[in-house]
Amino acid sequence: MSEKVLMKGNEAIAEAAIKAGCRYYFGYPITPQTEVAAYMSKRMPKIGGTFLQAESEIAAINMVIGVSSTGKRVMTSSSSPGVSLKSEGISYLAGCDLPALVVNVQRGGPGLGGIQPSQSDYFQATKGGSHGDYHNIVLAPSSVSEMAMLTAKGFNLADKYRMVCMILADGTMGQMMEPVAIDDIVIEEVAKPWALTGTECKRPRNIVNSLYLKPEQLEQKNFERFEKYKTVEENEVMYESYMMDDAEICIVSFGITARVSKNAIVAARAKGIKVGMIRPITLWPFPKKPILEAADKVKAFITVEMNMGQMIQDVELAERCKKPVYLCNRTGGMIPSPEEVLASIEKVNGGEN
Amino acid sequence: MATTRMLFAGFGGQGILFAGKFMAYKGLIEDKQVSWLPSYGPEMRGGTANCNVIISDEPIGSPIVNKPDVLVAMNLPSLEKFEASVVPGGKIFIDSTLIDKKVERTDVEVFYIPATKTANDMNISTLANMIITGKLIKEIPGFEMDSVDKVLGKIISARHQDMLEFNKKALETGYNM
Repeated sequence: MSEKVLMKGNEAIAEAAIKAGCRYYFGYPITPQTEVAAYMSKRMPKIGGTFLQAESEIAAINMVIGVSSTGKRVMTSSSSPGVSLKSEGISYLAGCDLPALVVNVQRGGPGLGGIQPSQSDYFQATKGGSHGDYHNIVLAPSSVSEMAMLTAKGFNLADKYRMVCMILADGTMGQMMEPVAIDDIVIEEVAKPWALTGTECKRPRNIVNSLYLKPEQLEQKNFERFEKYKTVEENEVMYESYMMDDAEICIVSFGITARVSKNAIVAARAKGIKVGMIRPITLWPFPKKPILEAADKVKAFITVEMNMGQMIQDVELAERCKKPVYLCNRTGGMIPSPEEVLASIEKVNGGEN
Repeated sequence: MATTRMLFAGFGGQGILFAGKFMAYKGLIEDKQVSWLPSYGPEMRGGTANCNVIISDEPIGSPIVNKPDVLVAMNLPSLEKFEASVVPGGKIFIDSTLIDKKVERTDVEVFYIPATKTANDMNISTLANMIITGKLIKEIPGFEMDSVDKVLGKIISARHQDMLEFNKKALETGYNM
């Protein structure tokens, strides 16, 4: 293993993408993800790659569509308002079955919102986010090394399933530095016979398109796509189980709030409260099964989120209303403190809710 | 030293983020768990800047420092904003050239260091941050000067190698104050 260095989460994403074989980056600056673009602008020219600052987020995502249709690994990154602008293109990528990596380093919203960290794009990320029947694979890193590891994994998953893979981070994850060694990156090569590489008059032409005017055909296309999504749901769920063996209260939290929750769990355990956590790493596919299994053992769930309560809906669906689910949240760029999470745990433990 | 939570705060341009990064790298080189989280809001553009640094023997949960064990305050707004958040028994390091005010709390240990004046006298006016950091290394149990050369070698880019000796001098000056 190479020597660990301190890196910002945003920089770790960029370096991991390069190590994962990405040579095309199109973006537009926005706080708090600008370091991804800044890093790419320095590195790409040195390794024969392309860094292009587009005239807008919309232009950038359309450049992603172009490169992806040639079968090359490509990415873009932005923060919440910028990802909204990219949404149309993401739907087109889904409609064309094109792989791509899209990074959202979230900030508070709606509208232009603020620039402090947030998780309020959960619905947008996990429910498709744009028009039409589709899903993105959504990965939620909780450390700088996961920012790197999941970026590399994201490219592999995108290629394997011909889907958009989104890294859903937040301003804290993007800005913080932690020790990281970006190695052990495995590039899983996938044949791309569909790619637009030029026929050389040796094969029939490929067409990449999302337009199907005959409803029978479009329906069939959507059926096929959802068969693929079923496979993803069966095979690609990732989560971390933390102190769940004897837990009576289960926290569900991802990203930065999962880390805050860990502090609160340690403090609650010191007070004799049996609490653990399921931390979804894939937000789509959502770890429904471990949550449903936990529902038979725990007396309540608490979701800890930086929004007005979004993932809580997926937790309620996953555990099929077997046990109550409470919300511990801050929003608008505020981060819950370990003390606030602990207070929420104590309240639920005391049956006060 | 199980876990030390530090908050560095001052004006943009005082090297607040650099001082924090120095301590984080120091922890990394000494095989500790570390995290470094900067403020990145509009306050950075001409106002106060701060960063949270955690150095621990254990894996770090939240990288956010709400209740610092150690506060480094290099301007008055930072002291006023963060004084109350320091844990009882914690340590506050103050640049007394820039802050006239005394700390009102009696349950914390306070070090008044004329860092900016000392730096100016030494003709290294941009390194008041490292003078205070040197004092911090002396006063926090578990921190030593041993790894300083290696840390500076890591965080000072090749282009600025001439700054390495000045940084070291500033650290040593603070340490011996």
